[in-house]
Amino acid sequence: MVPTGYYLILSAIIFTIGAVGVLSRRNALIIIMCVEMMLNSVNLTLIAFARQWDNLNGQVFVFMVMAVAAAEVAVGLAILIAHFNLSKSTNIDDVNVMKW
Amino acid sequence: MSSAAMELNLNAVLPELVMVVAAAVVMLVDILNRGGRSVTRPFLPWVALAGVAVTAGVSIWLLGEPVSIFQGMLITDGRSLALNLVTLTGAALAILLSIRYIPAVNNQTGEYYALILLITSGMMVMGAALDLMVVFLGLEIFSMGLYILAGLKRSDLRSNEAAMKYFLLGAFASAFFVYGVAFVYGATGSTQFDAIAAAQAAGTADLSFLYVGIALLIAGFGFKVSLVPFHMWTPDVYQGAPTPVTAFMSIGTKAGAFAAFYRFFVTGVPDAQPVWGWALAILAVLTMTLGNLAALRQTSLKRLLAYSSIAHAGYILVGLATATPAAIDGALYYLISYAFMNMGAFAIVILLERQGEMDALSNRLAGLSKTHPQLALVMSVFMFSLAGVPPFAGFFAKFFVFAAAVEGGWSWLAAIAMLNSAIGAYYYLRIVVSMYFDEPTAETLTESPNYSLPITVTLGIAAVFTIALGVLPSLWTNLVETGVMGTLALR
Repeated sequence: MVPTGYYLILSAIIFTIGAVGVLSRRNALIIIMCVEMMLNSVNLTLIAFARQWDNLNGQVFVFMVMAVAAAEVAVGLAILIAHFNLSKSTNIDDVNVMKW
Repeated sequence: MSSAAMELNLNAVLPELVMVVAAAVVMLVDILNRGGRSVTRPFLPWVALAGVAVTAGVSIWLLGEPVSIFQGMLITDGRSLALNLVTLTGAALAILLSIRYIPAVNNQTGEYYALILLITSGMMVMGAALDLMVVFLGLEIFSMGLYILAGLKRSDLRSNEAAMKYFLLGAFASAFFVYGVAFVYGATGSTQFDAIAAAQAAGTADLSFLYVGIALLIAGFGFKVSLVPFHMWTPDVYQGAPTPVTAFMSIGTKAGAFAAFYRFFVTGVPDAQPVWGWALAILAVLTMTLGNLAALRQTSLKRLLAYSSIAHAGYILVGLATATPAAIDGALYYLISYAFMNMGAFAIVILLERQGEMDALSNRLAGLSKTHPQLALVMSVFMFSLAGVPPFAGFFAKFFVFAAAVEGGWSWLAAIAMLNSAIGAYYYLRIVVSMYFDEPTAETLTESPNYSLPITVTLGIAAVFTIALGVLPSLWTNLVETGVMGTLALR
């Protein structure tokens, strides 16, 4: 059996890649993908812990996270399209009308 | 599972159920009355308001015996019902403010009112949650609705930008929040507050995982209530979103998130109080100070109120860091009085906006007492209350929270909070001074503002309660007390 720690390290690495992606990428679509990656790494963590504790709470929570992630993407893409219609850009450096 | 846990007492989720049904009714009524795309349906806000009123009635009716449901995942007790009343006040006043405002912004008004009700139900779920899964669901229900409402004016770049910023940063923060939930679950084997506390008491919890989880949860939570250093989105979103949405957002998100986190910290991880108490205290100091200092140099009224709301989040956090029952009740009182005074201030901003604008600069207030004396008078009430001048509600809100902090052994925190109130008073009172002692300029609002009955009613309600809660704080404390006593009996 693969020890739980390995899963935790893997998911921490994926979470970090996602977080760095959100902070460094400039394309809003890629940022949404990075957020999805972060959520999926959390799912992996939950599954690993659920196996370690031998109860189903973690697995049930994974389904909730997946449902929420799906809804979030739907809303996010709609917002992205509405913004693209006006600004003709998906680069978040162009999201700068309001400052300080 | 005992038989008590198996039986389903739906009273525990009745307010939320009523709210969701009301949202469905609004959508149905909207669809059934769609002649053409541009037909306005002026009765929709009243249907939504009726839904809010019924939910408030149910909440007051339920005061008394606390009931929990779904194996203790949700509870309806005095505090959750008090929180319901705060969010419902916010929702009702926001709906009143929207009646004239929203049709000009976006014709599809049906979704707007349905979303307001669904967002409110999410906030109410957060106030009733006893499980991190439920907290997460409530958080996402209201966040996702607010992402949409922030971008309601699709033809306006600022509104789109507000939605975009709010969504990207909000989704990012949600990821941290769920990661925190995962760690707390990994540390204790459960997401339920009682079980988390029991695991710590029994010594089976992995403390390093638990603290990592708590830290991540605080980050996610800090984003939602815009604590410094997670506040960067707040001024932009508040400025870009339609003003009634901003007003609603400033109250509802605070109420829901503070309620959920007080429950998590106090009932879920009480043994870790030395850790989270200090973490929250430091965040409170940062939030109050930066919010107030940044508000000093704002010219846009909506940005000023955004930074002021950051500062107020800091004051409420003082109560959460103290975490004694008196401090929590103080924070609740703070939330209800903040709901009235802030709604009032935003209603004035709406009246100051000119045709097609979604914001007003503070120089529009210069000499307002000469052009619109009543408006200036009402604005002064809200500004004095926000500044914490007696006898208005804002004074007693600060008094209750800070006094509880001193009693709870956080005197230095209360001292910093009071210093900050003094800084805050400067920019609120500057507005009053500008209204009464400056000469009207070209920018001053001289034309008749866009008065309408709903806005006048909102201003009236907000002003009356700002004064009434200040003169008679027992109005609120008596109402809540019965329920809170019930909570204590349950433990």
